[in-house]
Amino acid sequence: MTLIMLLPVLLIGLIVVLALWLAGVYNGLIRLRNQLENAWAQIDVQLKRRYDLIPNLVETVKGYAKHESGTFERVTQARNMAMSAKTVGSRAEAENVLTGALKSLFAVAEAYPDLKANQNFLRLQEELTSTENKIAFSRQFYNDTVMIFNTRIEVFPVNMVAGMFNFMRREFFEVKGEEQRAAPKVSF
Amino acid sequence: MWEQIRANRRRAVALITLMGAVLLIIGYAAGEFFAPGAGVLGLVCALVIFFIQLAVYYGAAETMLLHGANVVELKREDSPRLFNIVEEMKLASGLEFMPKIYLIDDPAPNAFSMGRKPDNYVIAVTSGLVHRLNRDELEGVIAHEVAHLKNHDVQFMTLAAVMLGSIVILAVIVRQWLWFGGGRRRGRSESRGDGGGQAQLILLAVGLIFLILGPLMAQILYFACSRKREFLADACGGQFTRYPEGLASALEKISAASATTSFASKATAPLFIVNPLYAGGDEPDSVFSSHPSTAERIRILRGMAGSSLADYEAAYHKTARGSLFSRETLGASQANTGIRAPSNEGPIETRHDTRAPFYRTRGYLHLKCDCGMEISVPEGYESDEITCIRCGSVLPLPAASETPTAAGLPPVIPFPVPPLQYRRSGAGWESFRCSCGRTIQLSPSFAASHIHCDDCGRSIEIV
Repeated sequence: MTLIMLLPVLLIGLIVVLALWLAGVYNGLIRLRNQLENAWAQIDVQLKRRYDLIPNLVETVKGYAKHESGTFERVTQARNMAMSAKTVGSRAEAENVLTGALKSLFAVAEAYPDLKANQNFLRLQEELTSTENKIAFSRQFYNDTVMIFNTRIEVFPVNMVAGMFNFMRREFFEVKGEEQRAAPKVSF
Repeated sequence: MWEQIRANRRRAVALITLMGAVLLIIGYAAGEFFAPGAGVLGLVCALVIFFIQLAVYYGAAETMLLHGANVVELKREDSPRLFNIVEEMKLASGLEFMPKIYLIDDPAPNAFSMGRKPDNYVIAVTSGLVHRLNRDELEGVIAHEVAHLKNHDVQFMTLAAVMLGSIVILAVIVRQWLWFGGGRRRGRSESRGDGGGQAQLILLAVGLIFLILGPLMAQILYFACSRKREFLADACGGQFTRYPEGLASALEKISAASATTSFASKATAPLFIVNPLYAGGDEPDSVFSSHPSTAERIRILRGMAGSSLADYEAAYHKTARGSLFSRETLGASQANTGIRAPSNEGPIETRHDTRAPFYRTRGYLHLKCDCGMEISVPEGYESDEITCIRCGSVLPLPAASETPTAAGLPPVIPFPVPPLQYRRSGAGWESFRCSCGRTIQLSPSFAASHIHCDDCGRSIEIV
């Protein structure tokens, strides 16, 4: 008798606990996802900054090294390709090509002492090198966050909640080889 | 990384609770000593001391460290490279806001971080640090400081320091009182020799143990925590930069320096990257040292196989035979963590460039030679021209000129003194010399038509 009377109370209690747990897990996931979006936005900001800096740089170098039009073209082309890329994967690919093209541009600049003494060029070079670093560091943070997010939504029992609310695995922003991280290096 | 922060917070709460308990017990015991039954009053006193200390500390630490004559807040134009480095580390750590950057004019290389809330975090570096380290090394130091901010070490260490201070003060007060006044009273109560004596004696003994051991234990605990947080910040620094060698080599250079910082105190010492009270942070290794030995920190950083927290843990285990991180922290640590190639970039600024913001605020004349050499001339320089040390050309020092009169004509009336004039060459910071020799500064926002010389009182027209 008392057991039957107690049952609804127990049931309600159970439901309340379950609902609270669900809310907690859901909020945690949302927080993590927002962090992820934010990390991605940070990469985007830096990539845009790089697109803006490149035309300036090309113009400055052009003034000193007219005969290197092949390099300029490659940089401009890589920039346009990267800007029009749609998915995370293709974008990462295009960004890699752009990084390579920029490296060869800086290698070209090494051959022109006048250019290397130009204040404007030095400023642009610092800005671009630092932007490359910033891209690498925000990508690093993004990937770290992706890993935490992916692990989180796949571990039982959170994976049930994640499935219910349609939290999907995220793609890593990959680079080929760690030496991509290094600043452009030139040997004489 | 979040796992790391959470584990930190758990430990911090435990330590603060423990120290708080010691503080309250000492307070209660003190009350009981003064007058039996006044324990609650002692408790209140302990809390009051704590809050006063907290307020004083917050006010004083900031004033002492950031509002001196030799401290400036840097703007991006002052040091674009330093800003870039801090911004890079901000992105690598996922810190919410960009910290403010302060430069301290001090030859001893050192750095510290401060701030109560994420939107007013501060990273301060000394000029000796900036011009002495190369880019990778400076990045390592900044990463270490950003890690302190990210792990909330600053707030925690401040709270712990205040608690420690309160415990020590309280213990000293009570001990003094026992020494001078209390002994007599105790003698009286013993001479009465009734049944309550035994319970009182036990209470007295327990109280005494807390009075003597409490501050000692609190100190040992506090400094152990401070050292551990330095290791943690080193580990996170290596992880953010993916280049532990940068920080290791920076620590090596810092420890080779022979100067001590002139502005640090014992209370603020744990905030710095190496102990500022000893030359090169070379503080004797003991349970009361705020930082682990620099040599050991370097050894651990150099022993890392990769750049992750797990790699630091392995290296730490080999050198210090202990464990730093919990298993869950290491489980949530990152996968792809190789070590990147060095950037091969030298120091980001020359000594002159680093100190330029101070030349500006101290009334130096700033000249730029055609060869590109920048020269800062101190106030009170005797001659009105200076020789460029690079190309040898003679540069005139800009000075206020007499009102241009028609050539050949003698000056009309010598009295009153004709207005002096200085023609501005741009809209930025400018300085020129009054005809009495004093350097006068014009800020970018100076808009008036005249300026008065502080020495001779001449009024100079600005055009």
